[in-house]
Amino acid sequence: MSKRSIVPFGPQHPVLPEPIHLDLVLEDEKVVQAVPSIGFVHRGLEKLVEKKDYQEYVYVAERICGICSFMHGMGYCEAVERIMNIEIPDRAKFLRVIWAEMSRIHSHLLWLGLTADAFGFESLFMESWKMREKILDMFEYSTGGRVIFSVNKIGGQRKDMDDDMIKMFVKLFGEMESDLRELTNTFLQDYSVNTRLRDVGFLTKEQAHDLGAVGPMMRASGISLDTRKMGYAAYPEIKFEPVTSNVGDSYARVDVRIKEIFQSIDIIRQAAKKIPAGTVDVPVKGMPDGEFMMRVEQPRGEAVYYVKANGTKFLDRVRVRTPTFANLPALLETLKGCQLADVPILILTIDPCISCTER
Amino acid sequence: MPKMAKSPWLLHYDGSSCNGCDIEVLACLTPVYDIERFGIINTGNPKHADILLITGGINEQNKPVVEQIYSQMPKPKVVVAVGICACNGGIFKECYNILGGVDKVLPVDIYVPGCAARPEAIMDGVLKAVELLDKKQNEAMAKERRENHAG
Repeated sequence: MSKRSIVPFGPQHPVLPEPIHLDLVLEDEKVVQAVPSIGFVHRGLEKLVEKKDYQEYVYVAERICGICSFMHGMGYCEAVERIMNIEIPDRAKFLRVIWAEMSRIHSHLLWLGLTADAFGFESLFMESWKMREKILDMFEYSTGGRVIFSVNKIGGQRKDMDDDMIKMFVKLFGEMESDLRELTNTFLQDYSVNTRLRDVGFLTKEQAHDLGAVGPMMRASGISLDTRKMGYAAYPEIKFEPVTSNVGDSYARVDVRIKEIFQSIDIIRQAAKKIPAGTVDVPVKGMPDGEFMMRVEQPRGEAVYYVKANGTKFLDRVRVRTPTFANLPALLETLKGCQLADVPILILTIDPCISCTER
Repeated sequence: MPKMAKSPWLLHYDGSSCNGCDIEVLACLTPVYDIERFGIINTGNPKHADILLITGGINEQNKPVVEQIYSQMPKPKVVVAVGICACNGGIFKECYNILGGVDKVLPVDIYVPGCAARPEAIMDGVLKAVELLDKKQNEAMAKERRENHAG
């Protein structure tokens, strides 16, 4: 047996935009064990509910993570709205679907780019991010912000999109689709990309289930589960099926996410057809009292928001369970027995969002 | 913009940011903003870097990391705080685990405000850092000349 050595990975590492530290125990090139240590981005924002009132806290919730900021705001607002029994207007529900799906496309493109960078295909990284900028432009046009929008509020949306704008977005997505096909075909068919992704980091269906993986990581292992099907915002009126794959390697995870991009475009098309006219917010009266557990499907998987209110304007407790946190045990399982050179790709295939995880 | 004596390389470290500023820093590298046209490259090695770009506030856990990265960078060096959290703690200022802005532990030269800071603002900050880097370099060289002359 060869001698064991420990290689520190992170917190400051070229492939990681965010700090996470792993101690990799190696036998030659093979990883035997990975020991994570986290807490570099911990801010303690759950405790901030004691200092900001429940309506101000929407801004804090949006800043749990800058990539899925819209969905964090939405999850928190939906939880408080259910505690207060507020029925938001239908138009606001559809707007939430459209912005949420746009967030999903931008997040998946961002992730595709980072993955390409992790296996050293820099021009593919640039192409993915070039495509993503078009979606950021749409966000800027409709909400005024590129990454943090602050369009969610308790009782609806702060801003409305007029019908011309929605039509224009649908047209732009139609034009983008062929470019996206070309881009994603490189991921799926290119020889060198395939050699880096195929048969790397297997996660079986049983493992995904037992370790509690969520989102594309779980669906790539063959479990067909999507929290959007639980019905929040206007999702009950949208037709879609969760994208799954039965393979369970890194290639399958890329494949699932790419299919989700096209699925999101389809959802936006459906929502644009069905969106009713009307107002986008209702007045909010009184203070929340009670508790609720809200589940939202983010680009990275299922996020859980627990909100407990006590009848005053300050909430008792907000707890967020983020998808990356749920995927970490699965990541550590896939890291066992892999080659050292594959570690960056395996870390990226769970689509890590450390700032969500540590809050 | 004045002529640049060298092509500065930058190192990005995420303090405790929400990712918003981080992805905008990365967006600066991509074809739409293309910071590489100024000869600037994002490197992962502190020993190759001239400019340290920090997003997010400082907490107990990442304080030694930030200090170590800074100490490993060769002189002259410039620190740019990107986003309001790196400037003074921003929305997270009241959080129990946030010590405050980057200037609590490092001498910050350039402050780029915004939540999230826009790529244009980040580029502006980096170009100001380049000017400062030139100035620091010239001062260091002048000092060295004076010392040699005196010696």
